[in-house]
Amino acid sequence: MITRLNVASIYVLDKDEALDFYVNKLGLEKGNDVRQGDYRWLTVRVPGEGATEVSLEQPGPPLHDEATAAQLRELITKGALGGLVFITDDARGLYETLRERGVADFTQEPTDHFYGTDMGLRDPFGNHIRILQQGKVAQPATA
Amino acid sequence: MEDLNRRLLRARDAMDRAYAEPLDVRAVAAVAYLSEAHFSRSFRAVFGETPNRYLQRRRVERSMFLLRETDRSITDICLDVGFTSLGTFSRMFREIVGETPSAYRVGHGPIVAPNCVQLAAMRPLRPTD
Repeated sequence: MITRLNVASIYVLDKDEALDFYVNKLGLEKGNDVRQGDYRWLTVRVPGEGATEVSLEQPGPPLHDEATAAQLRELITKGALGGLVFITDDARGLYETLRERGVADFTQEPTDHFYGTDMGLRDPFGNHIRILQQGKVAQPATA
Repeated sequence: MEDLNRRLLRARDAMDRAYAEPLDVRAVAAVAYLSEAHFSRSFRAVFGETPNRYLQRRRVERSMFLLRETDRSITDICLDVGFTSLGTFSRMFREIVGETPSAYRVGHGPIVAPNCVQLAAMRPLRPTD
């Protein structure tokens, strides 16, 4: 049987800019950074042992021909590709920290739901990131 | 200059975030640093519907959510989601959902899914779309 999700990928427009955002703004740590010729295998992960690596893939050669890469860039920037969902132990504290670090592209401020408190933001390229503090919150539904 | 798509997405996010406020297309266009006409044209080309339509569908989706999840009055819900007139809300709701707000409420209860899933998946298409 499968025992763990080891690597998942997201597309970014620029690996260096992505690394700066995911590490210095969001607070992840750099995982692998290995160059093979023109290709750079770059991952970030939640700090600590055994976390899933998030591979930051940039459309273009050698993965894609230029026409395919252009299509992917279109989809990234219109927010049509997948995103990431993280868990935090303090959504509102993290929200303040992220704002202090200059993150401005929030899609949703911390909001209470029956399953916990969550917020949403976008990375510099358009990928959606959600961060959830799990736990039952006694709160009537609001829009 | 930042990619046009990225700015249009930021404007769309602003509608998802601030639908309850008295938003108009001019204000949303400013988020994308575009004139109103250029914004509406570009938004439609990229997302397949006008910004005004996107905003109305977001407001109707949120009203459907509140009809399912709360016992607030239909007038309160109309105002909660950014409509300023009950007549406009009811007409828009019927047009998009295919039934009246009160009929929808009778037929639907809470959905056990994260709010972000509801926001993404429950935004109604017109029955004819």
